Amino acid sequence: MEKKNNWKAWLYLAPVVILTGVFIFYPLINTIGIAFLKNYNYLTGTSDGFTLDNFGYVLGITPRMYMGIPLYYKDVIQIAVPNTLLIVFVTVPLSIIISLLIAVGLNSIKWFKKILQTIFFIPYVTNAIAVGMVFAVIFDGFGLWNYLFGIAMPTYWIDMGADPSKAMFALCVYIIWHSLPYKILIFLSGLQNIDKQYYDAAKIDSAGRFKTFANVTVPLLSPQILYIMITSFIGAFKEYSSVMGLLGRSGTAPGNNNMYTIVFYIYDSIAVNKVHQGAAAAVLLFIIILAFTGIQFWVSKKRVHY
Amino acid sequence: MKFDLRKMLNLKSSSERADARRERPQYKSIDTKSMTLVLKEGGLTAVQMETLQKIMKVISMVLIYAFLAVMAVIILLPFYWMIITSLKTNTEIRASQQTFWPEVVMWSNYVDVFDRFDFATYLVNTLVVGILSTIGTLFTTIFAAFAFARLQFKGKNFLFTLLLATMMIPGEMMVITNYITVANFGWLKDQTGVFAAMIVPFWISVFYIYLLRQNFLQIPNELYLASKVDGKTDWNYLWKVMVPLSMPTLISIFILKLMGAWNSFVWPNLVADKQEYRLITNGLRSSFSTTAGEPEYALQMAATVLVTVPLLLLFIFFRKYIMKGVGRAGIKG
Repeated sequence: MEKKNNWKAWLYLAPVVILTGVFIFYPLINTIGIAFLKNYNYLTGTSDGFTLDNFGYVLGITPRMYMGIPLYYKDVIQIAVPNTLLIVFVTVPLSIIISLLIAVGLNSIKWFKKILQTIFFIPYVTNAIAVGMVFAVIFDGFGLWNYLFGIAMPTYWIDMGADPSKAMFALCVYIIWHSLPYKILIFLSGLQNIDKQYYDAAKIDSAGRFKTFANVTVPLLSPQILYIMITSFIGAFKEYSSVMGLLGRSGTAPGNNNMYTIVFYIYDSIAVNKVHQGAAAAVLLFIIILAFTGIQFWVSKKRVHY
Repeated sequence: MKFDLRKMLNLKSSSERADARRERPQYKSIDTKSMTLVLKEGGLTAVQMETLQKIMKVISMVLIYAFLAVMAVIILLPFYWMIITSLKTNTEIRASQQTFWPEVVMWSNYVDVFDRFDFATYLVNTLVVGILSTIGTLFTTIFAAFAFARLQFKGKNFLFTLLLATMMIPGEMMVITNYITVANFGWLKDQTGVFAAMIVPFWISVFYIYLLRQNFLQIPNELYLASKVDGKTDWNYLWKVMVPLSMPTLISIFILKLMGAWNSFVWPNLVADKQEYRLITNGLRSSFSTTAGEPEYALQMAATVLVTVPLLLLFIFFRKYIMKGVGRAGIKG
């Protein structure tokens, strides 16, 4: 019986095992391998052997020799990494705070709850590219944003060679807008699972609204907060579609890379047949994400109540 | 108002107690109606406190509703702007005086979009890719979830943990090698190949396997034993009992996966290099954007409406399944 079940189980699992093998586990190992190959060409599968230069090149330490002149590549270390970190540390905390407030608000009302809940979920079912293009219209030099806030027209936010900090502002507004619904949904389902007794106890102790929020809601919601923090940190590190949706290119002007993110660099590396450098960037991204996730788990050990 | 504590608590010396007995009728006859016990906290009486609390509750409710209403407007504004921009003329869009309702409603924008934006091709491509990858995913997910939930085999826990661990790995680690792989398979040459490249790698979803396994585990063991007594095979049991019982989850997976195909951008952008192989999102991003500098916002927004509306319709009809499927992730256990 045991043995019979054994091969039968593997038969059921065969599609998943084969597909994960080919499209997840092999690529994982292979990408790490490519990151250490010199001048790897994926069309021919040839390379000039083992090297650490790819990492050095991506990080702007090792130069590329061009007609005897050393060229240092700075787009990743000077543009992509700061941009990515800015996105991470602006959008994640802000979107968590806003969505937490909305979820608590939704949880404490009776009328219009369903309809509001539905409205707040709508951005989730929209296309990141499509909505990014809508935000591009809103942040146009003659767009709604300038009009609403009385900013002189035309003030360019994302195109015509606008300042990258301006484009980054528009990008963060869009990313936060787009990331709210998922967080609200998760927080709301967490809130609905909190036992009413805790709130009754807080009421007897005549704890105010804020105190109740800080000492009852947040600790009891901490598993959801941790989950959202980890997933949105990872998501923010991988921002790409939002930039493509909003700008359609990697900078505020054609040929300008001032809105680069790390993932943008990885995809570009395929287009220019420099996948060894893209692979090195992917490995670095992976390490950064692992480190961040590890830190959050470590911190949460003391703070999260299960 | 003063209190005599001794009187209140009826503490009396023994000599007084005798008097008290005699005085009882008199004690009873005290007009309690003229006496009031007033407790104060923070300078407010209980009645005042209650009114104050009521007022505070009303105020906080008003504030909460105001906050939620403002946020709802912010959430909905881009959609409204998308729709009205799609109905404006280009000169009105770029006027320094922005209008919240089009001066001339340009339905012709939509006619232009259908002329110049190959909506039909993109739609067919997206539906073919979306439905095929969704059906494939459903099969692999059902099989794997069944094996993990019902069958006993060596290395089960190890394999399951390994699969769950892959969810932590950013997809960007895989994308370079996967691109090389599909290129080596010769999939980037013709339409069938490109479609295969957009479908086959997406036939697995570890998260949905996890979701369905949890669902399968909730089905009582007795049903399985009963089917065994009836001489049913595992295969029969899976399709006759487990799958029908897990329909809500399967519908959630189906819709979410289909939405994923509709929204996928990065991978199709890499592999579908020809116009006629493109999926809807890729077609949208490259449409009406770089014709001699100024983007044609009206047409762009009309195309965006066409891409967004099917999703919203899907959401309206399957709201429950979508929100349940998405929300499942946050519930622990």
